[in-house]
Amino acid sequence: MHFQARGGFVAPGTEDFFLPTKLGFTSFESKAIYLAFFSVLLIGLFFYFSSRKAKVMPSKLQFAGESVYAFVRRDLGEDLIGHEFLRFVPFLFTLFTFVLVNNIFGIIPLIQFPTMSHVSFPYVLAIFSFVVFHYIGIRRQGLGKYLKGICFMPGVPVALYILLTPIELATYFVVRPVTLALRLFANMFAGHLLLLVFILGGDYLLHGGIVAKIASPFSFTFAIVMTFFELLVQVLQAYIFTLLTALYIAGALADEH
Amino acid sequence: MLVVAEASANPLLPHLSEIVAGTIAFSLLYIVLRSRVVPMFEKAFKERTEAIQGGIEKAEAAQKEAQAALDQYTKSLADAKAEAGRIREEARAQGAAIIEEMRAKAQEEADRITSAASAAIAAERAAAITSLRNEVGNLATELASKIVGEALEDQVRQSRVVDRFLSELEHN
Repeated sequence: MHFQARGGFVAPGTEDFFLPTKLGFTSFESKAIYLAFFSVLLIGLFFYFSSRKAKVMPSKLQFAGESVYAFVRRDLGEDLIGHEFLRFVPFLFTLFTFVLVNNIFGIIPLIQFPTMSHVSFPYVLAIFSFVVFHYIGIRRQGLGKYLKGICFMPGVPVALYILLTPIELATYFVVRPVTLALRLFANMFAGHLLLLVFILGGDYLLHGGIVAKIASPFSFTFAIVMTFFELLVQVLQAYIFTLLTALYIAGALADEH
Repeated sequence: MLVVAEASANPLLPHLSEIVAGTIAFSLLYIVLRSRVVPMFEKAFKERTEAIQGGIEKAEAAQKEAQAALDQYTKSLADAKAEAGRIREEARAQGAAIIEEMRAKAQEEADRITSAASAAIAAERAAAITSLRNEVGNLATELASKIVGEALEDQVRQSRVVDRFLSELEHN
C-alpha cells in the first residue's frame, strides 16, 4: 500500500505502468513484453487447433476460430480492399488478433495490464502498417508515380499545391503512423489509469473514516462499470487500428487516392 | 490529501527492448497465422463454396430431370388419351358397320325365306290345282257318265267338257 507510507492518497501515474518483474532485469524486460509473447502463444495455439482439421462442416472450435477469421477477411479485407484483398488478410488478421488479445489483457483478472499501454508496441505495429502500405503503393505504381500522386493530388488548381503538398506529405508520412500508434496507446493508457484510479481509490476509502467507508463501494462499483466500458474500447481500438490499416492499403492500391 | 506522483518516465518514449520484443512477437504470430492457419481456413472456405455450388448444380439437374419426366409423362398420357379416343371411335364405327351388315344379312335372309315360301306355296297351289282339276274332272266325268249314261271315251272332248264345267264353276 504505497499511499499509506506517504500519509495520503497517491494518484496512480505513469510509474504504475513500469512494474518490477519477477526476473529483475528491469532494463530489458517488462510485464508488457511477457504479455506480448504470451498473447502470441495464446493466439497461435487457439487458431492452430481451431484450423488444424478445418472441414466443410465446422466443429465448435473451428467455428469459433473461423468466425474471427471470416470477420477480418470480409469486413476488414474484402469490403475495404476489393478483389486483391486475399493477399493482405494474413497481415490484417495478425494485426487484429494481436491488438485485440493484448488489449483485452487489460481486464483479464490476474493479468489486468494492456500491453498497448506501453507505447513501444503501438509504435511497432504502426511502423509495420506504415511500411506495408507504402511498400504496396510503391510496388504498384512505382516510386516516382506514387510520390507524385501523394504530393500533387490530381484535379486541383496548381496554386493550391503550395498548401496541399505539405499537408499531404505530412498526412502520409507523419500523421498516419503517429495517430495510428498514439490513438491505440492513449486509449489503453487512459483506460488502465482510469481503472487504477477507481480501484485504488476504493481501496483507499475503505481504510478511511466512516463516510469514506460508505463511499468506497461506489468507487468499486464504478470500477466494475468502467471495466465493461473498457472491454468495448479495447475491442473497438483493435477494430479501428486494423480498419485504418486496411484503408491505407486500399488507398495505396488504388491508382489515385 | 492528494499527492501527485512524481513522473518517473515519459510514457511516450519507447523502450528498445520492447520495440525488439514487439517486432519479434508480431512477426512470429504473422508467420504462424500465415503459414498454418490462413491456408487451412481458406481451404475449408473453398471446399464449402464448392460443396454449396455442387449442391445447387445437383439440385438443378434433378429438377431438370424431374421436369423432363413430367413432360414425358404428360405427353404419353395425352398420347394414350388420343389412342383411347381413336380406338373408341373405331369400335363405334366397327359396331355400326357390324349392325348394318347384320341387318342387311337378316333382311336378305328374310327376303330369301319369303320368296322361297311363296314359291313353294305357288308350286303347291299349282300342284293342288292340277290334282284337284284331275280329281274333280274324273269325279265329274264319272258322275256325268253315270247320270247321263254316255261314255265319254274321247279324252279331248272329256277335257273340254271338264274345262267348261270348271269355268262355269269359277264364274259362279
